[in-house]
Amino acid sequence: MMKRRAKRISEWIIERLIQVSGVLGIILVLLIFFFLLRNSLPMFQERSLSDLLLGEKWSPTHGDGHFGMLPLLLGSLYVTVGALIIAIPLALAVAIFVAEIAPRWMREFLKPAIELIAAIPSVVFGFLGLLVIGPWIAEHVEAIRVGQFAALGSVMLAFMALPTIVSICEDALHNVPRDIFNSSLALGATRWQTITRALLPAARSGIIAGCLLGLGRAIGETMTVLMVTGNAQVMPQGLEGFLKPIRTMTATIAAEMGETAVGSTHFHALFTIGLFLFIITFAVNTIADVIVRRSEKDIA
Amino acid sequence: MQDSSTDTAAGNTSDSGTRQYDEDRAFLNAPVDADRSAEQSIADHAVKIQTTDLNIYYGDFHAIKGINSRIRSNEITALIGPSGCGKSTYLRALNRMNDEIADTRTEGDVLLDGVDIYQPGTDLVTLRRRVGQVFQQPNPFPMSIYDNVAYGPRLQRRLSRAEADEIVERSLRGAALWDEVKDGLRKSAMDLSGGQQQRLCIARCLAVDSEVLLMDEPCSALDPTATFRIEELMIELKERMAIVIVTHNMYQASRVSDRTGFFLLGELIEFDDTPRIFEHPQDERTDAYVRGRFG
Repeated sequence: MMKRRAKRISEWIIERLIQVSGVLGIILVLLIFFFLLRNSLPMFQERSLSDLLLGEKWSPTHGDGHFGMLPLLLGSLYVTVGALIIAIPLALAVAIFVAEIAPRWMREFLKPAIELIAAIPSVVFGFLGLLVIGPWIAEHVEAIRVGQFAALGSVMLAFMALPTIVSICEDALHNVPRDIFNSSLALGATRWQTITRALLPAARSGIIAGCLLGLGRAIGETMTVLMVTGNAQVMPQGLEGFLKPIRTMTATIAAEMGETAVGSTHFHALFTIGLFLFIITFAVNTIADVIVRRSEKDIA
Repeated sequence: MQDSSTDTAAGNTSDSGTRQYDEDRAFLNAPVDADRSAEQSIADHAVKIQTTDLNIYYGDFHAIKGINSRIRSNEITALIGPSGCGKSTYLRALNRMNDEIADTRTEGDVLLDGVDIYQPGTDLVTLRRRVGQVFQQPNPFPMSIYDNVAYGPRLQRRLSRAEADEIVERSLRGAALWDEVKDGLRKSAMDLSGGQQQRLCIARCLAVDSEVLLMDEPCSALDPTATFRIEELMIELKERMAIVIVTHNMYQASRVSDRTGFFLLGELIEFDDTPRIFEHPQDERTDAYVRGRFG
C-alpha cells in the first residue's frame, strides 16, 4: 500500500516538474520580450518610429544624439543577405551530396563533421576573419583597402549558418519517401534529374525552413560581425557597400552598451534595436516553424 | 526462340534450391517443367519479354534461381507466391530497378523485343520509359496532378503548352482518371484518394508510352472499390501493352490475369494459363499454395 502510494506521489512530482519547465520556457521568452519593450518604450516618446527606422544617421553622443537605425538595419541586411547568397547554394550542394550521392560510410562521417562546425565559438570565426582572412584579402585585392568589410562578415556568417542549413536540408531530403525517388527513376529520369525535379520539390518546405533558420542564425550573430565588418555606422551604398566597412544592429548593441549611462536616451535606443532584432528573429523562426509543419503534413 | 528446352531450366535448378528446404516438405521436391504452356499458346500473342536462366543475387543470397519465362503483349501476367519468394525481385529485373539496390548481381538474359536489356551500353532511360512501374504505395510526386503526368515527357524535352495539355489529357483518360480530376488539374496530387493516386501513377507511365507495365502489389494499400477500379483499368490497358502484376491476393490473380506464375524460394515453379494454375496445377506445391495450405 505504502509503496504504491509513494510511487503515485513521485509520479505526480515528476509530471509537475516537467510541466513547470515547459511553462517556464514560455514565460522566459515573454519576460525577455517585456523587458525589451519596457526599456525601449521611453525611446518612442522621444523619437517617432519613422525617425528611428528611417533616420540615416546613428550618432548617439553628438548633441541631442541621432538615433537613425537605417544604417544599422541595412548593415545587418547586407551581411545577412550576403551570407545567405553564399551559404544556401553551398549548403544545398552539401546536403544533396550527403543525402544522395555520398556512400553510407562517408555520410556517417560527414554529417556529424558538418554539425561540429556549429560548436566552434563565434569569436574564433571573428579571430580568423580579423587576423587572417581580412588582411590577406586587403593585401591581394585592389578594390579593398581595409581588411574589414561587409562581405567578409557574410563569408564568416555563411560558414556559421552552414551546419544549420545543411542539417535541416539533409533531413528533409532524407525523409522524402524512397518510392518517390524510385518512381522517378522508373519513369526514365537520370539520377540528377530525379534529384533536381522530384527530390528537391518534395523536400522544398524543409529546405526553405532550413534556410530561414540559417537566416535567423546569421542575423542574430554578434561577435563575428563585430570583429570583421569594420564597425562603421555608415549607410551602405549599392553593391559596393559589400566591400566597405559597415555595422550591424547586433554589433552596435555589443559595442555601445558598455559605455552608455543606464537610463539615458542612448541606453533606451540600444534596447530598441534589441526589440527590433527580437521581432525579426521571432518572425523568421515562426515562419520556418509553420513551413516545417506543413512539409511534414505534405509528405505524410 | 520458340523451343521449349529453355523452359525446363527452372525445373532443373529446383534441386539445389530445395536442398536448403526441410525434408518434411519433401513433396516440394518434384521437378517440373515450369512454363509448360509455352509451346501451346506461343502463337497467340507476341512475346514481349523473355528471360533466360535469370539468376539474381543480393550479396551471397541467391534470390532468383534460373528463371525462364515469357511475358506477352496484350496479356496480364500475375505473379503469385509467398512473401520473400522473389517475385518482386524478378519484376524489378525487367526494368533494371534492381540496379539501384547495392550489391545486387544479375546473370542470364532478359530480352525485351528480342534485345537483351542487360547487355553493356543499354540505355536505362529508354528502357524504363518502355517498361514502366507502379509501386505498392501510391506515390505521386508532391506537385500538381498536371505536373505529375507531364513529369516523364518533360524529362526528355521541353514541351509546349499544347503538347503538354494533350499528353496530360490523353494519359489521364487512359488511366480512367480524367473525369474525376479535369476541373482541378492544378491541385496537389497529394489531395487525391489512394485509388486516384494509384491511377495517377499509371497515368504517369502512359504519358511516356510504356509498352510494359510492372505493378508491384498495386492494390494492397487500397480499399475494395479502388481495387476494383484498378482491375477494370488493367483489363482495359492490356489492349495496348503487356502488364505484369505481383499480387498476394489470389482472387485478384484469378480475376484479372491471363497467365499466372507461381514463385517459391526464388524459383518459378509453374507458369501457365491462369485457369490451369488455379484449377489444375501440375505441381503439388502450386496446388498447396493456391489452396491456401501454406504461404
